[in-house]
Amino acid sequence: MTTQTQPRAKAAPTASPSKLGRPHYGTHVFLLAVAVMWLIPLGWTLYTALRPFADTAKYGYFSFGGGYSLDNFATAWTQAGMGKYFVNSAIITIPTVLLTLFFASMMAFTVSRFSWRFNITLLIMFTAGNLLPPQVLAAPLYSMFKFTPLPLSVSDSGNLLNTYYSVIMTNTAFQIGFCTFVLSNYMKALPKELTEAALVDGASVWRQYAGIIMPLCRPALAALGTLEVIFIYNEFFWPLLFIQSGDRLPVTTGIKNLQGDFLSNYNLIAAGATITIIPTLVIYLLLQRQFVAGLTLGATKS
Amino acid sequence: MTTTTARPARPSGARAARGNHMLTASDKVTLSVMAGVPTLIQAVLVWLPMVLSILLSFTKWNALRLSDIKPAGLSNYQFIVNDYPPFWPGVAHNIIWLLFLALVATPIGLLLAVLLDQQIRGSRIYQSVFFVPVMLSLPLVGIIWQLMYARNEGFINNVLGTAGTPAAIDWFGNSSVNLWAALIAATWRHAGYIMVMYLAGLKGIDPSLREAAAVDGASASQTFFRVVFPAMKPINIVVVVITVIEALRAFDIVYVINRGTNGLELVGALVVQNLVGEGQVIGIGSALAVMLLVVSLVPITIYLSRAFGSED
Repeated sequence: MTTQTQPRAKAAPTASPSKLGRPHYGTHVFLLAVAVMWLIPLGWTLYTALRPFADTAKYGYFSFGGGYSLDNFATAWTQAGMGKYFVNSAIITIPTVLLTLFFASMMAFTVSRFSWRFNITLLIMFTAGNLLPPQVLAAPLYSMFKFTPLPLSVSDSGNLLNTYYSVIMTNTAFQIGFCTFVLSNYMKALPKELTEAALVDGASVWRQYAGIIMPLCRPALAALGTLEVIFIYNEFFWPLLFIQSGDRLPVTTGIKNLQGDFLSNYNLIAAGATITIIPTLVIYLLLQRQFVAGLTLGATKS
Repeated sequence: MTTTTARPARPSGARAARGNHMLTASDKVTLSVMAGVPTLIQAVLVWLPMVLSILLSFTKWNALRLSDIKPAGLSNYQFIVNDYPPFWPGVAHNIIWLLFLALVATPIGLLLAVLLDQQIRGSRIYQSVFFVPVMLSLPLVGIIWQLMYARNEGFINNVLGTAGTPAAIDWFGNSSVNLWAALIAATWRHAGYIMVMYLAGLKGIDPSLREAAAVDGASASQTFFRVVFPAMKPINIVVVVITVIEALRAFDIVYVINRGTNGLELVGALVVQNLVGEGQVIGIGSALAVMLLVVSLVPITIYLSRAFGSED
């Protein structure tokens, strides 16, 4: 008995005796059903967005009557001022991700390649900071920004509130912890001989960092960079808290106004929602592996 | 893949110690700056606010002038516990949220990962499908499900045939069902996230473990529950921590639906309600935040002791 099951288990993917074939058949039915359930919300959103309001009003939303067009997308884009939102998202996301990776990689380099007092303690505190619910930091950060005076030429509020800086700074600080943790694990795994040889040759620590370690971290930086772009693009909380002017909101926070903008015109809401998915979808199609690698990078540790 | 190369080697103190001896004075300055600047950023924008949050929770303040801050003792906490109507519903909803994620959403993610791990046809396509919602922001998830749940225009009521009749349920508006409706929306995203984690975990399982179990005549479910699942302990802990922290942070979806009111109260949303807009009550918002902080220290400590336990 046991001798029979062993080769079978090994050959599972290709072998098709009834005992192995049936579970896979059931698995496919189940997965297909779940996959359809998973796709319905997206399909429904896209379908609603493609139909003119007049047609859905006439035939109902749950129908095939009427025509299809991209008009809702154009209307949603202009009426909700989505172009502005996308520019704001770029203004916030690009510097945040670059600054986060820059600071986190320096910190990770110092804690993982050198041994000094408190290096592990600091790394633990960095990691802990990222795990906090952001609500915990909300009131003090709001107050700190409010009472940080800025010249009116820099900020029309006279302080850090209602500026991109506030969101960029907070996002960067909040993400540095996670990126430092991931990068320090990665750097620790690089062989010590790499930098030792450089040290003997008299290379400065900055050269070790910029010339040896960072190039070797490219896979981790690519994965983290992709992950962070999505994280920051999807970030809702900090702009909600710090930015009062609607025309400075990034996409993710701006879309909370879609329902207000379009009242019960679900076709336009659906079009607006679909538009905001597009950048994510592009990254998803191009860099899905990087994104998944980034997600699991922080979780897997021997 | 990348995950395997990211595994750290055993830290070797000897290497680092030797390295430190060879550092020049300017190297030491460089290192201090490289560690100092990020640490300063963390200190000012994360650690200091955390401490200030605790201090502010014992004050009364409307955020207008710094000189208006008045000590208030425990009165904010007393007010919240005794006289703030949405607080206890919020706590109850957070607990329901956690239980639903832990008992429904996370197991779905695990089940999907186990099914997809067995090299079936189209596994990659299925993975991609389940993964799409993970890439979407939570507010967007809320809006997409608003389209599904709308009273007369939504998909669900149309499938049920109740759309346009008085029997149609406003799934996000009706306070007796909207928490569950929001949880289904949250599950749509959470399950894919957990699936990715477990797919990585399952890939890391030594195949000889399964073979040994098969040789011993263990059934598929025995092999999974007695051998594979326990062997994934590191990932299990991460998943538990993620699930608990997600449940504590939860706020985006309900905030987009109705700002976290009328059946959708969550502590995380109550914090924001007290801080955003007119009539800010910083003391109350901070006290609620401190409660979140205290509870979140449990999963954070578990995570940190696992991540750093072997090194410290």
